[in-house]
Amino acid sequence: MNKRSWIGSDNKILPVVCIITFIVIIWYGFSIVLNAPWEYDKAKRNSITLSTADLVSQTWSQKRPKLPTPHQVTKEIWNTTVNQKVTSKRSLIYHGLITFYETIYGFAFGTGLGILLAIGIVYNRATAMSVMPWIITSQTIPILAIAPMIVVALGSAGFSGLMPIAIISMYLSFFPVVVGMVKGLKSAEQLEIDQMKTWSASKTQVLFKLRAPRSTPYLFTSLKLGMAASLVGAIVGELPSGGGKGLGFRMLSGSTFGNTLHIWSGLFSAAILAGSLIAIISIIQRVVLKRMALEL
Amino acid sequence: MVYFWGAIVFWILAWGINIWIARQNESKVLSLFPPILFGVSVMFIWEASILQFDVSPVILPPPSAIYYKFISSIPILWGDFVQTAIKGALSGYLIGCGAAFLVSLIADKFKFFERGVLPIGNFLAAMPIIGIAPILVMWYGYGWQSKAAVVAVMVFFPILVNTVQGMKMSDKIHKDLMQTYNASYFQTLLKLRLSTAMPFIFNGLKICTTLALIGAIVAEFFGSPIRGMGFRISTEAPRFALDMVWAEITVAAIAGSLFYGGVVLLEKWVTFWHPSQRGRA
Repeated sequence: MNKRSWIGSDNKILPVVCIITFIVIIWYGFSIVLNAPWEYDKAKRNSITLSTADLVSQTWSQKRPKLPTPHQVTKEIWNTTVNQKVTSKRSLIYHGLITFYETIYGFAFGTGLGILLAIGIVYNRATAMSVMPWIITSQTIPILAIAPMIVVALGSAGFSGLMPIAIISMYLSFFPVVVGMVKGLKSAEQLEIDQMKTWSASKTQVLFKLRAPRSTPYLFTSLKLGMAASLVGAIVGELPSGGGKGLGFRMLSGSTFGNTLHIWSGLFSAAILAGSLIAIISIIQRVVLKRMALEL
Repeated sequence: MVYFWGAIVFWILAWGINIWIARQNESKVLSLFPPILFGVSVMFIWEASILQFDVSPVILPPPSAIYYKFISSIPILWGDFVQTAIKGALSGYLIGCGAAFLVSLIADKFKFFERGVLPIGNFLAAMPIIGIAPILVMWYGYGWQSKAAVVAVMVFFPILVNTVQGMKMSDKIHKDLMQTYNASYFQTLLKLRLSTAMPFIFNGLKICTTLALIGAIVAEFFGSPIRGMGFRISTEAPRFALDMVWAEITVAAIAGSLFYGGVVLLEKWVTFWHPSQRGRA
């Protein structure tokens, strides 16, 4: 390290805590600034003058603030998870579970499709040449933006419930898996492939005993990206489905009725969901790679 | 019936040609054909399946209908394109990338800040940031400004993480050389560190082109003036005018590919020295 690293050597906790504290302070500041006009307006109508202390306490406890404070969001999340029945439509856990299922289905399909495509691309040159350019092009199309339309179209074709949304998630999550797995399956050394050949291994044996194990580190990296993409797909897919379920719907209804607390609590639950799903993959990754002795 | 089997036969023929091409030696012109043949055969099968199975245009319009709609409503599509892609996505992209670049310069200068900002940035880059769209639309109104704000926030973290990573890539030996030249901080930054960081920065810039368009279109679902690609999609889809929706999708695809292609060209021009660019020009 260089001489500037005088606080801790490689410690990340202190800087992270500092920055988060800084963000929270700024957040409280902004909620005063953004919510103040409404309070001034109210005070003017009741013809009273606001002291600074009053202004601060009132801007931090509005019912429909422009920017709710962190403690309001925390309280809202607490109220809508712990104090509600899980089956209630007011419960964030209920909405979160719906989004979770959509994400997992989409993620599973996307991963499966991605791995199959990757095997096809690695083993068949014609597939690689004709499909690969389209896979790349498919991601320059802002598919997420047309997700609502796909949901409507599939809905009118008789698919309803989780499926249309899971398909959007799948579309978003297969791409990182294809790209990662093509790299991973090709990461076996020529020397190792030759060795397999001297043992007269069949193509399937080379795939399962050499290429697949070699590709696991790449697979886990792709899975994390795919999971994040899949959750985004699920949330956006919910926007037009009109089912009245899921975190995305919760945010949309919050935005329609001007209920900012719903938007923010939905946003934070989505972040928590994304964080924990990715954390789970990381744990599996660590265990698996350790057992395969691939962890350095 | 004839159309459908014709399309299937065409597809099999095209695939045969592709297999033949794949066996030939690598050549620039020949490698253009497989993706085109594949795309055309998909179009044929799409069109023929709709004729064959009598699919209602409410579910999936045939490519020909989309083409006619596209040609006949170019003025509307152009207006939507300007509103969403230029005013919303492009301005937000520039603001977001610029801000991320400045912050990463600060992070590079102060290591303490960098150690904190990298994990947070990595975490936030994986978050469904699109969720802030309703909030920003509420703050900045229905105009293009709110869309630019959504795009700016969405592209911020990927660019930040990539740039900070790229700035670490310059070798110690090169930095020492700059020191022996008595180069100032800014000279080292400009002539060595930013140049070596460029491949990473462009990696982020490329990822963000798609994000920018997505952000601008999705933000319009939460409220927009009476034009824009997101607005058109969200109003035409419930009316089952799916040919118009698909025409917008075509515009989005073209805009996305052009945007991406533009950044790739810029990358080729800036990082011509990088191994991944050599021998491909």
